[in-house]
Amino acid sequence: MAEQDDAPTVAGRLALAQRAGGAAGPVLTAVFALLLGGFVVLATGANPLSTYRAIFDGSGLNWLFPWVSGSARSFAATNLQQTLLLTTALVLCGLAVSVGFRCGLFNIGGQGQYIVGSIFALWIGSSFVTMNGPLHVVLAIAAATLTGAAYAGIAGLLKAITGAHEVISTIMLNWIAVWVGSWLVGQGGALQSHANGASVPISSAVAPATHLHVFWGNPVLQGLDVGFFFALAALVVYAVLLNRTTLGFELRAVGFNPEAARYAGIAVARTYVKTMAIAGAFAGLAGAIDVLGWEFQLGVTDIQTSQIGFIAIAVAVLGRNRALGVFFSALLFGALLTGTSTRNLDATVFRPDLAGNLTLIIQGLVVLFVGADVLMLWLWNRRRRLRVAT
Amino acid sequence: MSVGKVGITGIVAGALAFWLTLPPLATSVVALPVLLGLLAVGCGGWAMAREQKRLGWYAVVAGVLGAALGVLAVHAGRGNLGAAVVWSALIASMLVNATPLTYAAIGGLFSERSGVVNIGLEGMMLTGAFFGIWGSDVTGSWVLGLLIAITFGGLVALVYAFFAIHLRTDQIIGGTAINFLALGVTGYLFVDIYGTVGTPPLRAAQQIPDVTISQSSNFFAQAFGQLNLMVWLSFAVLAVTYVVVFRTPLGLRIRSVGEHPRAADAVGISVYKTRYAAVVLSGMLSAMGGAYLSIGFVHSFNENMTEGRGFIALAALIFGRWRPVGAFGAALLFGFSSALAQRLGTIPNWSSYAVLFQALPYVLTLIAVAGVIGRSIPPASVGRAYAKQ
Repeated sequence: MAEQDDAPTVAGRLALAQRAGGAAGPVLTAVFALLLGGFVVLATGANPLSTYRAIFDGSGLNWLFPWVSGSARSFAATNLQQTLLLTTALVLCGLAVSVGFRCGLFNIGGQGQYIVGSIFALWIGSSFVTMNGPLHVVLAIAAATLTGAAYAGIAGLLKAITGAHEVISTIMLNWIAVWVGSWLVGQGGALQSHANGASVPISSAVAPATHLHVFWGNPVLQGLDVGFFFALAALVVYAVLLNRTTLGFELRAVGFNPEAARYAGIAVARTYVKTMAIAGAFAGLAGAIDVLGWEFQLGVTDIQTSQIGFIAIAVAVLGRNRALGVFFSALLFGALLTGTSTRNLDATVFRPDLAGNLTLIIQGLVVLFVGADVLMLWLWNRRRRLRVAT
Repeated sequence: MSVGKVGITGIVAGALAFWLTLPPLATSVVALPVLLGLLAVGCGGWAMAREQKRLGWYAVVAGVLGAALGVLAVHAGRGNLGAAVVWSALIASMLVNATPLTYAAIGGLFSERSGVVNIGLEGMMLTGAFFGIWGSDVTGSWVLGLLIAITFGGLVALVYAFFAIHLRTDQIIGGTAINFLALGVTGYLFVDIYGTVGTPPLRAAQQIPDVTISQSSNFFAQAFGQLNLMVWLSFAVLAVTYVVVFRTPLGLRIRSVGEHPRAADAVGISVYKTRYAAVVLSGMLSAMGGAYLSIGFVHSFNENMTEGRGFIALAALIFGRWRPVGAFGAALLFGFSSALAQRLGTIPNWSSYAVLFQALPYVLTLIAVAGVIGRSIPPASVGRAYAKQ
């Protein structure tokens, strides 16, 4: 097939990019994007260095420095807990996107799967209030994970049966989740809270017994819950699944070349469905952990303005779909988001309302440049040629 | 009666099932929409069994939707419906809602027909919305504002084109990046320039004017008498697009580059130039849709004001099977569902269902791509970068 060399699959391209520079590419991309973001800050008339310093401090990462002490240290701890809460969701949703990429599927639907998961966790968590606590938590998490998997599975099934492109179907599923979710927790919806005469478009809260245990920080002030360990475990599961199991092998084989995989006897269509279901399970789990860990209830605006599933695309792309890469890029974006939030950024250094948009710009630049593997290959080859010349 | 006609009868019956329950007729007999809906489903099933799958499915969907909506409408009560369902106002509102979608969908059509997937329509639209109002504010004239919006929409598209065509970035990743960037850049500039007070009120010269044909109270005057200039312009753009894409050598070039770039290259068509032009044009058109939103319709800007309209436009393009008239029809359908949702939201106890209505375009498109309603087949080489040899 002559077309094949013009259009390698996504996974094939990523393998190429991986060869082109390993971790160097993503790191350089992130640095480059931050640099460009610095120019944007400069153009506004602020000092980029002190702005990034303030964002770093706002993210709580300065907690890692042993010389930060006293009230600054407890402050940093609170901020770092916020960062890690976001990192948890980003790791899980990032894995949802990554696992798709490894199979040659672009799962743009992390957002929808995350919403479906959080809605189901919310539903189970806020009803059956007499249930035994631990069982209740397990049930809520399991329901969210399974419905997330089923929801993403729709896109997988459509791709397997009719060949409908997963990008289109997951985009549609995202918006369906947004509007159905808004309906459920909104005015007159089935999950709307009956407090205040049912006048506020917000859901009932989940039962206190279902709250995930906070192991670091103050449970009232959104300390870090055990969901973080779920995310770490998911990273291990992801790495083992892909590299040490038959399913993982098949998944990657399909990602590199579906035709060759078919000739090798791999059921390509079934692999698509399984992969999407795994992706949805990760994202649905993220939704459950956020709801049971720190959100506890969802409003219409929460559902409509949430961006986690989209930022996860940047996480996956920057992390090169590797477990370790996903972790570090989730940490980077979690820190950026927390560090630029109105609550955490020192307003005397840089305006927080601007900084939120700065994060979006950096995110866009990262995705734009990290995807340009041809550019990187070219630079890489340039470097090699220079070395030979000298 | 041919099989096709049975299918069409089914679609009409499905539409009638809903229409009969709405003013002016507003029947209160529940059986009527149900029976008509069943008839539609029956016709659809019959047509499907006889090699008219697409029409048949349309009829089945129309029947189910028509009956469901009809029953709901009967339950809503005549007085409430009378206040909410005013056909002339609904049509005007449908056109208002459909226009931004039409521009962006036609933009997407050029890009995708040339073989470049454009997920970035949303971002390009948002760019147009911001720079339209900024340009209008700075220059004091809507014409210049619109031109500035088109320029910046084109520039954003040019960046995307460079990455998608020259650097052969994955087009979906590139489009996603464009959406992030547009959201960040417009939000940043908006906060930096206009701060917390928002965009200033626009003078008449800074707004895209309405075209007043008639202000009398008859049906047509109410529906079409006072529409924005951009609405009428969108009809013209649609007609021109149809002619260019399907009736000129240029259109043939665009399509051939999207279907089989290597063959096009072999006969001397520049794949890169054609794709660049198509993508930049798509940015300009999307920006027009965005500018219509900010300076033609809402008269202000807020962060992320397009709220997914670019994605609905993409859905319209796919639902319309990458054809100008089809995309326009889908844009009208989606515009109508938004218009109806807004009007129904005014009925007590119905506002929650109005929210659900917003999901309709996406559900329909999902059904369409699933292939049950005759598969939507994209241009053969859409999404594939072309490496010159």
